[in-house]
Amino acid sequence: MSAPGISLEVRNLRKSWGAVDVLKGVDFDIHAGGFLTLLGPSGCGKSTALKLISGLESVTAGQILLDGQEVTGKAASDRNIGMVFQNYALFPHMSVAENITYGLKVRKVAKATQQASLKRVAELMALSPLLDRKPAQLSGGQQQRVALARVLVSERPIVLMDEPLSNLDAKLRVEIRSEIRALNKQLGITVLYVTHDQSEALSMSDTVVLMNKGQVAQIGTPKDLYDRPANTFTASFIGTPPMNLLAAKDVVLPDWVASRVSAEQADLLIGVRPEIMHILGDNADFSARCTVASVEYEGSVFLVHLRTQTGAAFILAHHGPDAPIPGGEIVVGWGNEQAHLFSRETGRRISSS
Amino acid sequence: MNKRLPFGLAMVLLFVPCLLLVAFTHYPALRALLNSFWNNASSRRPSKFVGVENYQTLLEDDRLAQIMLNSTLYALGTIPLAIGLAIGMALLVNARLPGTSLMRLSFFMPTMLPMIAVANIWLFFYAPGIGLASQILGVFGLPPINFLGSTETSLVSMMFVAVWKEAGLFMIFYLAALQAVPENLKDAARLEGASATRIFFNIVLPLLRPTTIFVAVNALINAFRLVDHVIVMTRGGPNNSSALLLYYIYEVTFSQRDFAYGATLTVLMVCLLGVLAAVQFWVLNRKAHYQ
Repeated sequence: MSAPGISLEVRNLRKSWGAVDVLKGVDFDIHAGGFLTLLGPSGCGKSTALKLISGLESVTAGQILLDGQEVTGKAASDRNIGMVFQNYALFPHMSVAENITYGLKVRKVAKATQQASLKRVAELMALSPLLDRKPAQLSGGQQQRVALARVLVSERPIVLMDEPLSNLDAKLRVEIRSEIRALNKQLGITVLYVTHDQSEALSMSDTVVLMNKGQVAQIGTPKDLYDRPANTFTASFIGTPPMNLLAAKDVVLPDWVASRVSAEQADLLIGVRPEIMHILGDNADFSARCTVASVEYEGSVFLVHLRTQTGAAFILAHHGPDAPIPGGEIVVGWGNEQAHLFSRETGRRISSS
Repeated sequence: MNKRLPFGLAMVLLFVPCLLLVAFTHYPALRALLNSFWNNASSRRPSKFVGVENYQTLLEDDRLAQIMLNSTLYALGTIPLAIGLAIGMALLVNARLPGTSLMRLSFFMPTMLPMIAVANIWLFFYAPGIGLASQILGVFGLPPINFLGSTETSLVSMMFVAVWKEAGLFMIFYLAALQAVPENLKDAARLEGASATRIFFNIVLPLLRPTTIFVAVNALINAFRLVDHVIVMTRGGPNNSSALLLYYIYEVTFSQRDFAYGATLTVLMVCLLGVLAAVQFWVLNRKAHYQ
């Protein structure tokens, strides 16, 4: 029903507010019909990037291409971009139906066409019984669906979403998450999604752009980011809890790493996921002797807070009927293929072969 | 923690405000209503109940008819103009332009001045021949006008003063309301292709409606309540052309000392204001949106 999606390319996007550089040269692209997420902590520039792409803010430098055509200087209304805002931005004085058809009315679409589009979208989003209500009479999830319907009715080939689920409760979030994903797949609309929630990013996206302080930390599929973090920022952001980064001196290293440390005089950080380490790892490739500081029970898993002999804190996610006792001493270990090596100096990943 | 107030103190705290309210609001209002059914007492005979006689006088009072027309024109002229001007000024000072704080101050200045001072300033503006208004007319080669001294212009001149004084206050309310309009609503409309004018009329103005109700009711009350400038500038003249209802009540009661008729006029004004405010709330409330 909707026009098939179009591609988006962003080249060296920069934005400065006075002396503050919010975006310091960001590049990424989405193929037509793709789902790309800008992920990062608050203040990393992801929402600013969205405003620049939508045309609501002007760029300081860089190019934005939609379907291969440059739109950098175009007005927001000429870009044919739909947007879902963080707190929905529904017009409070208009009914649900008026909210959905507002754009069509502005663009002087014929009344009959408006009504047909409204009916179709309302059915798709299960809003038909609510069309006469005001936004204040709707629940958060219903408001969210109105916001989505308002974007869908215009049949935009690309839709930007600015943390659309952040105001919903956990259960609803998971529901709407899959609705959004289904819309992207069924209708073929290109989606550019912004969130600070990594589980949203990892579960929905084709591609994740992890941002840090106005720059791209890593671009890749969700699996890339999880399995092969390119730097210590990605390593310490992705995963709940995130990857442990241990100093080389706290770990008993296998020979191939130890020789490398002494040969290159490189200071290494050893990364390992909490859920991959196991207790009684004396015979493993890597191992670390540590004391148990405290234990958190999380249902499916125990989060065991550990301290190395030099006092560095790290976490073990322990499955099993019982957890180690706080105060005791244990050895945790992991294999070669589960270890990630980073340069302490640059923070970059060092290929492990 | 939740200590109980001593009963005596509670009674004092309850009765003192009630006493003030009764003494200065309820009793005078009730007294005015009662007085309007009695005639004036004189040294020879006490006041006596006359029923609706005072109200019959009211219907036959030609001067009152003229004054009601004046008051209607005054309200119809000043309220929409002051509101329109207030919205315009609020939009102007809300825009990201240089010098907006200076503009805000200068727009708000007239509101801070007492009406008596405002009236005196405008007396100079309106002074025939030498006043600012006459001099401006002179620049365009137009003959001077005796603004306050002719029956055609005196009421309009009063209306200008009122608008000038009131619009600044209303601007502050609109400014606060404008700043409460979420930016992302405007962004959403912009992405749908709405122009700035369209966004103003479709999104911003409807969200200002609660403010408009508030301001309109206040403006209506002020239109009947503020007569200081009439007293200072024209004393209702010439030939009653700038007399307003409250000024007439003041004149009847305290110059002519006709307390009974003054009370009757007061009852008329209170009823009128009550009805108008009720209609205003009803009409505007039907379409108002409160978040």
